[in-house]
Amino acid sequence: MAYLTNLYDSSRCTACRGCQVACKNWNQLPAVIEPFRGNYQTHEDTNADTFTIVKMIETEDPVDGVIWNFLKYQCMHCFDPACLKVCPRDAYTKTSWGATVHDPDKCIGCQYCTYACPFEIPKYRKREDITTKCTLCADRVEEGLQPACAATCAPGALMFGNRNELLQYAEDRVKHLRANGFPRATIYGKMELGGLNKLYVLTDTPDKFGLPVDPKVPGQIPFWKDWVQPYIGWLIPLALAGSATSFVTTRILANKHGKHDEGGHE
Amino acid sequence: MSPAFGRGAMTNHMIDLKNTNVALIMGSNIAENHPIGMKWLTEGRLDPKRQTKIIHVDPRFTRTSAVSDLYCPMRSGTDIAFLGGMINYILENDLYHKEYVLNYTNISYIIKDEYGFEDGLFSGYDESKRTYDFGSWGYQYDADGKIMTDETLQHPRCVYQLLKKHFSRYDVDTVCRITGSPKNKYLQVLDIFCSTGEPNKTGTICYAMGITQHTVGSQNVKAFTIVQLLLGNMGRPGGGINALRGENNVQGATDMALLFHIIPGYISSPTNTEDNKDLISFIRKITPGAAKLPFNNLNEFREIVKQGIPYSGWKVHSSKWVVSLLKAWYGEAANASNDFAYHYLPKRDASKNYSHIALFEAMYRGEIEGLFVNGTNPVVGGPNANKEQEALTKLKWMVNIDLWRTETADFWTYPGWDRAVDNPNVNTYAPTNIGTEVFFLPAAAVYEKEGTAAQTGRWVQFRWKGADPVGESKADLWIYDELGKRLKQLYAGSNRPEDEPILNMTWEYEGHAGEEEPDILKVAHELCGFHIADGTPVEGFAQLKDDGSTACGNWIYCGGTTLKDGKFIYKPQLREKDDPSGLGLFPNWGWAWPVNRRVIYNRCSVQPDGVTPWPGDEDRRLVWWDAEAGGWTGWDVPDFIKSVGPDNPAFKDPFIMRPEGKACIFAADGSLIDGPLPEHYEPWESPVPPVLNKQSLNPVAKVWEPDKKGTSDKYPIIATTYRVCEHWQSGSLTRNLPWLAELMPDMLIELSEELAKEKGIKNGREVIISTTRGDIKAIACVTKRFKPFVLGDDIVHQIGLLWQFGFKGYAKGDIANRLTPHIGDANTMCPEYKAWLCDIRRA
Ligand code: SF4
Ligand code: SF4
Ligand code: SF4
Repeated sequence: MAYLTNLYDSSRCTACRGCQVACKNWNQLPAVIEPFRGNYQTHEDTNADTFTIVKMIETEDPVDGVIWNFLKYQCMHCFDPACLKVCPRDAYTKTSWGATVHDPDKCIGCQYCTYACPFEIPKYRKREDITTKCTLCADRVEEGLQPACAATCAPGALMFGNRNELLQYAEDRVKHLRANGFPRATIYGKMELGGLNKLYVLTDTPDKFGLPVDPKVPGQIPFWKDWVQPYIGWLIPLALAGSATSFVTTRILANKHGKHDEGGHE
Repeated sequence: MSPAFGRGAMTNHMIDLKNTNVALIMGSNIAENHPIGMKWLTEGRLDPKRQTKIIHVDPRFTRTSAVSDLYCPMRSGTDIAFLGGMINYILENDLYHKEYVLNYTNISYIIKDEYGFEDGLFSGYDESKRTYDFGSWGYQYDADGKIMTDETLQHPRCVYQLLKKHFSRYDVDTVCRITGSPKNKYLQVLDIFCSTGEPNKTGTICYAMGITQHTVGSQNVKAFTIVQLLLGNMGRPGGGINALRGENNVQGATDMALLFHIIPGYISSPTNTEDNKDLISFIRKITPGAAKLPFNNLNEFREIVKQGIPYSGWKVHSSKWVVSLLKAWYGEAANASNDFAYHYLPKRDASKNYSHIALFEAMYRGEIEGLFVNGTNPVVGGPNANKEQEALTKLKWMVNIDLWRTETADFWTYPGWDRAVDNPNVNTYAPTNIGTEVFFLPAAAVYEKEGTAAQTGRWVQFRWKGADPVGESKADLWIYDELGKRLKQLYAGSNRPEDEPILNMTWEYEGHAGEEEPDILKVAHELCGFHIADGTPVEGFAQLKDDGSTACGNWIYCGGTTLKDGKFIYKPQLREKDDPSGLGLFPNWGWAWPVNRRVIYNRCSVQPDGVTPWPGDEDRRLVWWDAEAGGWTGWDVPDFIKSVGPDNPAFKDPFIMRPEGKACIFAADGSLIDGPLPEHYEPWESPVPPVLNKQSLNPVAKVWEPDKKGTSDKYPIIATTYRVCEHWQSGSLTRNLPWLAELMPDMLIELSEELAKEKGIKNGREVIISTTRGDIKAIACVTKRFKPFVLGDDIVHQIGLLWQFGFKGYAKGDIANRLTPHIGDANTMCPEYKAWLCDIRRA
């Protein structure tokens, strides 16, 4: 089946954050009110109750002057998802049309996926002891609807549809942007990590949008899952007690925001 | 806009933004505050035929600037300098659309010899009264009473020559010294926007409160009208001056005359003066050109109208609108023998002003006993909020109708009255020493009731109810219907003549059997008008009569109802998606006033011959003269008298609401009280002396509190207020919704890195902002998007404050309007929220 995906065109986004609210509404996620820290963005990263955010990044250069870049950020629904690979309980599945879906009933909250994900997307929700993330609105798409975020986007920065067709749009758009004042415009998600089921048209290089230029899965991960898979049935308790737990705890301690257990205001 | 075009409304509509070649967004943050407008600009950008360029001119770099093709900064309050430079550039470089300007505007009209302008003052100024005598601001007439013109534009007293002279002082360097815009950016703006003077291009201007909330607000808009007329951009798709309303249905509110100086349909409200004493005097007053005509009653007046009154425009029909309105309001009690009950209409005191500031000043003085506050939150949204909040303490009672107990409803609980950051000028209160009795009526939200809203582009759209109201909350219509009915009950049986207006007021909106809600379609029926004889809808305002045979609550809404196969149709309920023109007119989606015209002044979309499109612009023709059928036709409803053909002298007069039939570059006869042409004056509080003339403040702006004027030695920083995408108006709705509160959780001010450094202020930390009116705290947002302005040798800083916070809701913060001054536009009294002085320091 052809992949269905969300394309985000940064040249059309006005950072209204309607998508962020629509996502909360559809998924019935509580607000996470954090104090204003000096940036409109308010949430520095996605969290257990905020599956998507819009990054707002200010830069200045002598030629272009002030630039304010916007980027809608959420799970990238990788073709070959590291989260799925590492999950000891097989809580992750890939739908036939390309969404990486997480089943909270299977999740044991070990957060191994968080560590494995090149974008650190799955976030820990303490009140239920699970991780959460964007679902690509699989529950809507399978009923013939668009994802809630795409349906609400007024200037058409978010588009949902057949990945090949959207890729064509992206190629044309990038060509147009390059000829019209954005020489570094580029597509993101076409090749990264072997392909993401989430496409971006960027008016500048990915680093100007807070995206890793060359995203990578942390080294040990594929090794661990490939090794452990045959023994998965009896090894989980052991693995959790051993290596996985230590990865996770290290990760929690090293986490730059130290907010892994902040599952919203509970 | 009405002094230039005859109507004050947004000329085009939201979808039409996709048809433009260049959009000048000035004094508006369209991407944040009108996201749907932005959607259509984006469509234009993607359309290879239009390739819309977006220019943003604003003191602040906002999300609109981020998505524009060109951003040019400009110091708050210097719009006329900016636009005056543009007018000068157009004239100096002959970039104006000659055919258009000559035929459709008053550019060739000859102005009286006595008219003059010197040192920032127009002729006729009376310094002691701070007013002008407009006597000299008029046209010259020939012996036959015709306005004299010179089509060669050479006559030294013609508008073209006067305009050229007036704006010759606005050269690029002088302008940039006033506005602080970088010269290279300013030149780019001039180059790109003025390219729309070419006949095959159109340019649109979108503005909002950044233009109107100034002591020169009306003149800012007037400057737009001159630019757009010179470039030939009015009445054409992708053109126009698009006043983006602050909220949906503000258009509807003004249509329904929720203003002190008009009655429904933008007719001046009657005053207590001799020239308004009876119906015929009133009609003489409001009908252009009627002042000196010989008539003593309606019959004689009708005879004169039949023969035609020169220079009266469409407003020659005002008598029909007024009489039909009186019939709608007073029914059988209004008849030919009693002046159609004209004496029932309240007459306002001509010597008084009843606008927002004046009202609160009067309340503060204890002159007002009671207040209804419905869907507004002056403690957050009003200027000089400390004073306005204090004014509420002087009331005996207040009725508050809202979704939540807003800051206004709960003003008496304000915790800051005895808080640490206080200003010696602000008086302290406690709930125990406030006598105002507050009644709170919970109101239904927009999705919990049915009704129409007139959006910014004059489209009236019906909204069906989506959910039942929460708890005891009620639709506004129910609340006012009850109020009306109970008032009538209270007065029942009275035979005092002064009670007649209430006793005889028509009030029959009873809902269907068993329903508690009044029938909204009955309101619509009265509003849009009906024939008294059989109750059938009046199909258009041309059918309205001044003999008492028609009733109509608002003539501009006439034609919004019809009968189809015997069934009553309310056109705002239409939802057809056909758009045969491809220009986004969608004629059967909702309904637009007047008579479903989507682009007003659309006669200008064709050349003077009425048929030929502008060269190279075939697909943007909206209406045309059909010689065979002998009438006007087209994609849109012609904004023209249908039968006026080439043999009629009025054939080339596209502005039917203006007495001249032409758009007015020169606003004659005091249609704007502060000058026939715009002139740059500094805001009331300004950090720099005037450059262009000797006046600092607009010479006719009313100064309410001279002692509260902040000076730049104590308050050197310019400040402006605004909204963000995440909150709506005073935030009473959005700060109570957690999903929106989390997106903009605290009161913030934006300032440049340079100013932050100077003051030792850190990003994300608290600061105190002070003015002569008060002090507030806020969190600093130190950003590259704000930059100091270089004005010649001076460097001035500007900060920006959100005005959407208050002490209620999930997202709380200090009220920015505790700082803003009580001063407003000379014409409209719209408060000067957008440019005032303050100082800031670390908290
Ligand atoms: S809804 Fe669309 S325009 Fe608004 S922030 Fe999201 S992607 Fe951007
Ligand atoms: S972005 Fe992370 S969470 Fe999403 S599919 Fe890829 S690996 Fe999994
Ligand atoms: S696809 Fe659905 S879950 Fe994912 S960000 Fe959009 S609305 Fe949220």
